[in-house]
Amino acid sequence: MGPLVPYIISNEFNLVIALLVGIGFGFVLEQAGFSSTKKLAGLFYGYDFTVLKVFFTAGVTAMIGVLLFGHWGILDLSLIYINPTFLWSALVGGAIMGLGFIIGGFCPGTSICAAAIGKLDAMAFVFGSALGVFAFAESYPLWEDIYLAENWGPVLISEQLNLSKITFAVLLTAVAIAAFYFTHLIENKVTKRQTEVTKNKRNNYAIAGALAFVLIAIVAFSPSKEEMIESRVSSPKRHQEYPFKEVTSDQLAFEIARNFHQINVIDVRSPEEYESYHLPLAINIPLEEIDDRKWEKIFKQKIKANYFYADHDSVAKKAYLLSNYAGKSANYLLKDSSFDFRKLYSNIEAPVPNASKEVMNSYNYRQKLAIDMEKLVEAMSNLNKPVPIKTVAAKGGC
Amino acid sequence: MKPKPYMNPYLAGVLLGLVLLLTIYITGRGLGASGAVKSVVLEMVSNLAPEHTANTAYLKNYAENNPGGPLKDWLFFEVVGVLIGAFLSGVISNRMGLKLERGPKITNRTRIIAAIAGGFLFGLGSQLGRGCTSGSALSGMAVMSFGGIITMLAIFGSGYFFAYFFRKLWL
Repeated sequence: MGPLVPYIISNEFNLVIALLVGIGFGFVLEQAGFSSTKKLAGLFYGYDFTVLKVFFTAGVTAMIGVLLFGHWGILDLSLIYINPTFLWSALVGGAIMGLGFIIGGFCPGTSICAAAIGKLDAMAFVFGSALGVFAFAESYPLWEDIYLAENWGPVLISEQLNLSKITFAVLLTAVAIAAFYFTHLIENKVTKRQTEVTKNKRNNYAIAGALAFVLIAIVAFSPSKEEMIESRVSSPKRHQEYPFKEVTSDQLAFEIARNFHQINVIDVRSPEEYESYHLPLAINIPLEEIDDRKWEKIFKQKIKANYFYADHDSVAKKAYLLSNYAGKSANYLLKDSSFDFRKLYSNIEAPVPNASKEVMNSYNYRQKLAIDMEKLVEAMSNLNKPVPIKTVAAKGGC
Repeated sequence: MKPKPYMNPYLAGVLLGLVLLLTIYITGRGLGASGAVKSVVLEMVSNLAPEHTANTAYLKNYAENNPGGPLKDWLFFEVVGVLIGAFLSGVISNRMGLKLERGPKITNRTRIIAAIAGGFLFGLGSQLGRGCTSGSALSGMAVMSFGGIITMLAIFGSGYFFAYFFRKLWL
């Protein structure tokens, strides 16, 4: 699940990724004509709305893509970088940038594109922007108050407008399409040209526009991956019919005492229940945390088998099923509850003096296993805990 | 050779949106540009004037938080990529060449001066606004960031406001 950095792709390789996406970025910008200052200025004088068309389309495409990826569990939206809101610096900085745009005819990204193909005015712009950056650093005390004021944090616009993300996406797409239509009319009026939009093109645009709304509808109305998994792992029918691999307390005790290095014993109850009693060498992964990134490694590995237990059948079974979705580890279920295991292997009652041979044998066997497990717990007390990975949110910024 | 025509803007927009989406999926962050200029400029300053850097709070702070300089900066590498990508596009579309564009009523000299002045303002503004059109506006729209969209509206609103006063540069 994305973002792939820093778990699946290292921070160092991320720099290579930066280079590659930059190449894509620069290529498309130049292809669109953003290397021409006259095209850029055209936005403000009505004779060329390319900037608006490209920008709006790109923004809406990426926005719908992000929603779709989040819905299908491809991207973890809680970890992506959201530009923080500093109200005054956004407004004042934006105003200064706008003035710079109209005087200089570029913005930083486009100036670099244009400079790459040889435009001298773009190179002058880049030079100027370097001076501007330096000037800001040197005059920082002047700006400090505005720069740090009104820090609202990573607020979403949908939250501010009191809309759901879906509603905002629909609105923005609709506004974009309307803007495309009207700027087309304005462009024709200002340049006194009648640019023909062929029927073929018009159909393509209509299909694209419809597709945008269809994708938003998918996010709005179809169950998300999270919801689908939840309903499947909770369904009572599935709990009855699924071929769980089950073990008894005796079998599990044997595994712990003899094969501890080949298994994970996972207590899926709450931390408080775990604290009051847990099986020897068991680790605690509460049910709600199974899909958390910090436990990912346990479910993806194929070396140790995972043994799940809880106090209620449904909880343990749900954990087992969730683990199937999280990875390919071998999973087993303890048939008994933790109480049952505790009765058999903790403070075992000695059998009555004239008990049958069978009962005596069981008692000795369990006693031996219990002692071995206790020894292991003592020996492993520090080594056994898996190191939980801290979930790190992406860092961004300009 | 005649330059090839520009790509259909909507197609370019979709492609750009997909590049941005891919970037967010892989790295969790969006694209940007002004930050790269910042990292190069401030690295140069701290190398050429280390004493001054140590005495200026803003510079000192930046140097401490970014010990690797541009070579460890994501945006720096991205911008190098932009240079390469734009260059490739320019080459295959026959748009290479040392030249400049300006409005018909001004001289080349005026254009260059305006470019430097505009660049200066944008450089300053982008630092204050914590991003430029690529970083705040485009990437902000993709993740529905309020700050990003506000910055975008401020940039374009201001541009439209001042457009009349500077029309001689373009029309």
